[in-house]
Amino acid sequence: MPELTQVITATPNPIDLSGWTCPAPLRDSPTIVMGHGGGGAMSGELIEHLFLPAFGDAADGELGDSAVLTAPAGRLAFSTDSFVVKPMFFPGGTIGDLAVNGTVNDLAMSGARPLYLSTAFILEEGTALADINRIATAMGHAATAAGVRLVTGDTKVVDAGHGDGVFINTAGVGVIQDGVDIRPTRAAVGDVVIISGPIGLHGVAIMSCREGLEFGTTVETDCAPLSGLVQAMIATGADIHVLRDPTRGGVAATLNEIAKASGVGVTLVERDLPIPEVVGNACSLLGLDPLQVANEGKLIAMVAASDAETVLAAMQAHEYGRQAAVIGRCVADHPGMVVARTGLGGNRVVDLPIGEQLPRIC
Amino acid sequence: MKYLDEFSNPELAATLLERIKSTCTRRWAIMEVCGGQTHSIIRHGIDQLLPDEIEMIHGPGCPVCVTPLEIIDRALAIAASPGVIFCSFGDMLRVPGSSQDLFRIKSNGGDVRVVYSPLDALKIAKENPDRQVVFFGIGFETTAPANAMTVYQAKRLGIANFSLLVSHVLVPPAISAIMESETCRVQAFLAAGHVCSVMGTTEYPPLAEKYKVPIVVTGFEPLDILEGIRLTVRQLESGRHEVENAYPRAVSTDGNPAAKAMLTDVFTRTDRTWRGIGMIHGSGWRLSEKYAEFDAENRFDVRGIRTIESTLCRSGEVLQGLIKPHECAAFGRECTPRNPLGATMVSSEGACAAYYLYRRLELTPVAVHA
Amino acid sequence: MCLAVPGRILRLFEADDTQMSDVDFGGVIKQVCLQYVPDVAIGDYVIVHVGFALQKLDEDSALATLATFENMGLLKEEFGDGFALAAKQAGEPIPGDGSLAVTTRNGAIR
Repeated sequence: MPELTQVITATPNPIDLSGWTCPAPLRDSPTIVMGHGGGGAMSGELIEHLFLPAFGDAADGELGDSAVLTAPAGRLAFSTDSFVVKPMFFPGGTIGDLAVNGTVNDLAMSGARPLYLSTAFILEEGTALADINRIATAMGHAATAAGVRLVTGDTKVVDAGHGDGVFINTAGVGVIQDGVDIRPTRAAVGDVVIISGPIGLHGVAIMSCREGLEFGTTVETDCAPLSGLVQAMIATGADIHVLRDPTRGGVAATLNEIAKASGVGVTLVERDLPIPEVVGNACSLLGLDPLQVANEGKLIAMVAASDAETVLAAMQAHEYGRQAAVIGRCVADHPGMVVARTGLGGNRVVDLPIGEQLPRIC
Repeated sequence: MKYLDEFSNPELAATLLERIKSTCTRRWAIMEVCGGQTHSIIRHGIDQLLPDEIEMIHGPGCPVCVTPLEIIDRALAIAASPGVIFCSFGDMLRVPGSSQDLFRIKSNGGDVRVVYSPLDALKIAKENPDRQVVFFGIGFETTAPANAMTVYQAKRLGIANFSLLVSHVLVPPAISAIMESETCRVQAFLAAGHVCSVMGTTEYPPLAEKYKVPIVVTGFEPLDILEGIRLTVRQLESGRHEVENAYPRAVSTDGNPAAKAMLTDVFTRTDRTWRGIGMIHGSGWRLSEKYAEFDAENRFDVRGIRTIESTLCRSGEVLQGLIKPHECAAFGRECTPRNPLGATMVSSEGACAAYYLYRRLELTPVAVHA
Repeated sequence: MCLAVPGRILRLFEADDTQMSDVDFGGVIKQVCLQYVPDVAIGDYVIVHVGFALQKLDEDSALATLATFENMGLLKEEFGDGFALAAKQAGEPIPGDGSLAVTTRNGAIR
């Protein structure tokens, strides 16, 4: 299994506007205008001279209206996700990396090997072409690193003030091999809960550049494709019950959802949670719970206790699972609820976060 | 020494718990005043580890919970005004007013921004000279110096488009009000550590004497909370009622003189109606005459708003420790963290929100693990 | 009302005639106003609430407090529960450390 190195921040090629039909005034500060979404010559140029070169090898053909693909044997996994993150550029990544890896990971969480992605953009009039180029370049690199092709797409433009820079939707198709049955309803009493690595990095990276909260830090997003890691886990032959990536709402949201879906209780041991010190400190400062902070390159796995050691070893041998750790168990008690044993030996309920996590002063 | 990890040491916590257990011979009801202490107690599972005889009553030290309904409604009216940038601490965003909350105003197009510090709001005012920028200045004595400095800067630098909506509340009058209540069960207080970092401890001996209650200034890390409880129990068991400082690394008798001087300049005492509790005389601060031009209540016409409090909500009784949250008929039914009727269900350390997490667990049958 | 966190002063500077600083909260750097704690130096620890330092942390006092707790533990070892001591020495969880089972207290809801 080749190890793919994720290049998070790729250097975009400069845009050469000579020969574009962009109106002359735009040559000096090239930005998106309504015409770019109109389907005519300007749209074509945007695709041909910006998106295709930026996507590089990951782009399949001309990104026409529909991609004709050979259906792979086996069951198909299909997923879609939209990305609206602000700011678009954050420590260690861009909205483009999220857009590719987000859908790649959703497919991977059903045990699928991701194959093809579509990309649809809604661009706000006035957005700098250089920013689009940077995002698209990042997407191309992320797709190559994840082993997926970008096969079709769409671009629309909305009036200035009616969008928020760049919104991206990606939809993806993957194939699931026989014998793999990974679903959130399959957690069973006695299962071991494993996290693939340190938590809270993405959320803290985003917060560090949010207006009103900014702080200096070296924390970068953990945005990464997890399909390779998942294939390595499947290759052990273990019967993996559940996989889920704890994105919005963090580990807390994910474990609560699985607990409810499967009708089991989940217990965590706080001391076993891999929380980087700086994430803990940022959370202390803002009054947040690391368990509720978003991750973009981590997965939670639930496997039978007899398989735990094997799966953990396979994860730790993989680039994106080096710090994988057992963090808890599925139990018959308190079905549908997640309870953590605190560092002091007391218990606290880890609740489903309500909406967006907000910093507090109390 | 980093001041955090050391004060979470589980072995030392076990030692302190052991000490508390061996000292405690009868039932005691202790109120921790500060919401941050409530949060820490729940978050670390401390009250489950304490001996059964000790009951922690979660006090009204949660400014989110006690901010008067009229002020919330005024905040909402200002935030909904066209052109206003309304800045607030995150805590306030979901506190219900008479009919909505800041979050809903935001989703209806209001420019509501969460900030970490009031200075961030001042910065926004500097960067948006043609917009009115209002900061929601709530909190106890801990937060007042920050709000005071901000409006002092605004005046000094002439940032005329900035104003402050003030709703500060004070701890000592709250302690009096709680002890004056006929149904009061509180026998001792853990005083709020960071309030005392600012104000010092001199306001508390008269209260300890008048009401015959031990008052122990307590911090927030697990060992700080346990030490505060240990000293409190020790006093209760020996019939003493004194003020002790269990947080000496951050609290001195005189507090912070520079901060206190600024508070005297910027604020004057006022009566405040604590949500759910009622009027407590002299229990709050408002902007002094010197800073009246920066008072958002003067700048925006927001008087005469009719406030409608939920008739089902009993958060006042909860805040005074008179009933437990689950004794309220609406608890867990009409009132949940997702759809709160009162602020005690919204705030992360509001007693009702805290109980909401507990009670569900305690009602679930548990198999004993060998 | 009291979420105040300790941090270490990295840099001192003035802005708008106000004493400011960069404070390190263990890898998170934030600007903090020092106007209320004038006598601090780089390397000192302060307790910070919403962007303002409220007090300088007294290291001697902190160490003394921790020492008190440690001594309590030692006293208990000398005179206290033999079983707990034995468990500790064997590296096993101390009885009463708290298993994951939550026992309802006296069967009553508190």
